[in-house]
Amino acid sequence: MLFPPLRIFLCLPLAFAAGAVLAEEFTVSEIAPGIYVHTGAQQESSPQNLGDIANIGFIVGDKCVAVIDTGGSIVIGRKLRQAILNTTRLPICYIINTHVHPDHIFGNAAFKEDHPVFIGHYKLPAAMAARGSNYLHALQRDVGPATQGSEIILPTLTVKGDLELDLGNRRLVLKAWRTAHTDNDLTVFDEKTQTLWLADLLFTGHIPVVDGSLKGWLSVLDELQGTKAQHIIPGHGQPDPSWPQALQAESDYLNDLLNEVRQAIKRRQTIQQAVDTVGLSQRDRWLLFDSFHRRNVTAAYSELEWED
Amino acid sequence: MTKRLFGSILFVFAHTCLEGTLKSLIVSTRLVLVLSAILYAAFANPADAPPDPSKSEIWIKVRDLLFQGRAIDESANEIITLEAPVRAEDAATVPISIKAQIPQSSQKYVQTIYLIIDRNPSPIAAEFHLTPDSGRADIDTRVRIEEYSYVRAIAEMSDGKLYMAMRYVKASGGCSAPAGKDQEAALARLGKMKFRLDNEAQLNHPNLAQLMISHPNNSGLQMDQLTRLYIPARFVKKIDVTYNGTLILSADVDFSISENPSFRFYFTPREPGDLKAEVVDSNDLKFNSYIHVEPGVAGAGS
Repeated sequence: MLFPPLRIFLCLPLAFAAGAVLAEEFTVSEIAPGIYVHTGAQQESSPQNLGDIANIGFIVGDKCVAVIDTGGSIVIGRKLRQAILNTTRLPICYIINTHVHPDHIFGNAAFKEDHPVFIGHYKLPAAMAARGSNYLHALQRDVGPATQGSEIILPTLTVKGDLELDLGNRRLVLKAWRTAHTDNDLTVFDEKTQTLWLADLLFTGHIPVVDGSLKGWLSVLDELQGTKAQHIIPGHGQPDPSWPQALQAESDYLNDLLNEVRQAIKRRQTIQQAVDTVGLSQRDRWLLFDSFHRRNVTAAYSELEWED
Repeated sequence: MTKRLFGSILFVFAHTCLEGTLKSLIVSTRLVLVLSAILYAAFANPADAPPDPSKSEIWIKVRDLLFQGRAIDESANEIITLEAPVRAEDAATVPISIKAQIPQSSQKYVQTIYLIIDRNPSPIAAEFHLTPDSGRADIDTRVRIEEYSYVRAIAEMSDGKLYMAMRYVKASGGCSAPAGKDQEAALARLGKMKFRLDNEAQLNHPNLAQLMISHPNNSGLQMDQLTRLYIPARFVKKIDVTYNGTLILSADVDFSISENPSFRFYFTPREPGDLKAEVVDSNDLKFNSYIHVEPGVAGAGS
């Protein structure tokens, strides 16, 4: 084992090299007028991708720019900021965090110098406070020293119910949801292009991750089913999928999870037996199934075993 | 007794854990960086390989404290096995299954099982005391894991011999993870129990029972979601299960056990009767439940 400071020192050039490769590859695409999306890798955060695994982006009005999620490290946040500077001279007035997960918030620090209003669900500050230090620790451990400077930045404006923002001839409607993917999910709707930025309420390709309430999420999906939109941005997976068909795969997965875990509990299976048997027929339909499915079963079991 | 002796070590760990968490939230960015670098340097494991289990400093202390230099057989597959996930993504709910490979007989039986999680703030997660009437010395439960750590089950036999099974589990943040999604609902349900048999009761055979206690089992390391203050430690500390007055299982546990503690264990009834569970938490609140056991009936607690 290397002497720790020496290890960090030796790792740095590698990390920078990985960053340099990413810099060339960091792209945003305009999926509708003024709506720019960067598609994250369908991977877990690593020293190679530096946390560039979530869909992040920005919306440009006549007056200013709103950023929606900032990526999994300050490195990714800086790249997003550069992409904005390459697109428009307008100031960055809002940073919207769709929920607490590290791959969506750790780029926040890259925007401090813009003095934007940081916006999140009214339960986001509590979630950041509860998890922040663990997330920072995990970032250092799993993604590495190149992420130094990443910070937890609490929202300065929180949303309960709906909140409207005006970017100049462009109105955004932010909606704070009941507990679903997490207990602090926020969506953004752009009225002009009818774009619904769902973030992690919708996973396509990447397996859905349950970190709030399985039953709550399914009820939110029911409600979304009837929502009209021209463009959809999922938190993970290809942007602009067909709507509302894109909900089907996720809803099937979550329903299977609900039904099979309920059966397992009824059959008196242990949480481990449930983890070993539930939902395996879905394996081929999702990326990163082996990384998150077992955790989903654990979360579902803990939620459902007290329901009667 | 051993718990009390261990108090000082626990305090140092809990204190360090708390202090680190608090500081990283309130100090300047620069200090966060410094702290993060220290954490990284302290915890990073370059090859991602499990460390040498015999060199764990905490284990050496716990071993000296509990077993005072007595020999521990570590190739114990024929006596005890431990199942735990290699990588537990939900560090607050890590399923643990301890299985005895011999039946409990009055000649030779597992008297105590110690469950140790080396790198938890309180490494001695549980001590399960068992009897020949337990039938089988199998225990299923769920634990919190704060850092990548060895989890160990040490069986102390009625003849005094010690056997150990262990697993390295990759999980982190379990003790300081936020408590359940709805703390209010959890408190309203506090003390509610589910106590039941998995199958129809059979006399003179080991019967599997499950005991679930609705309890937040607060570690004292979690932050209240609204006030951002730390929730005081409040956890289930003692469980006694008897059958017609005879001891089946007595467990000393702490906040290393997950929220809503759940235990599965065996007991061997010789005649119809009552399986009673008494649970005491760290505020000395008592909760009771019992199952009336009749052959051929799948009992549920009341």
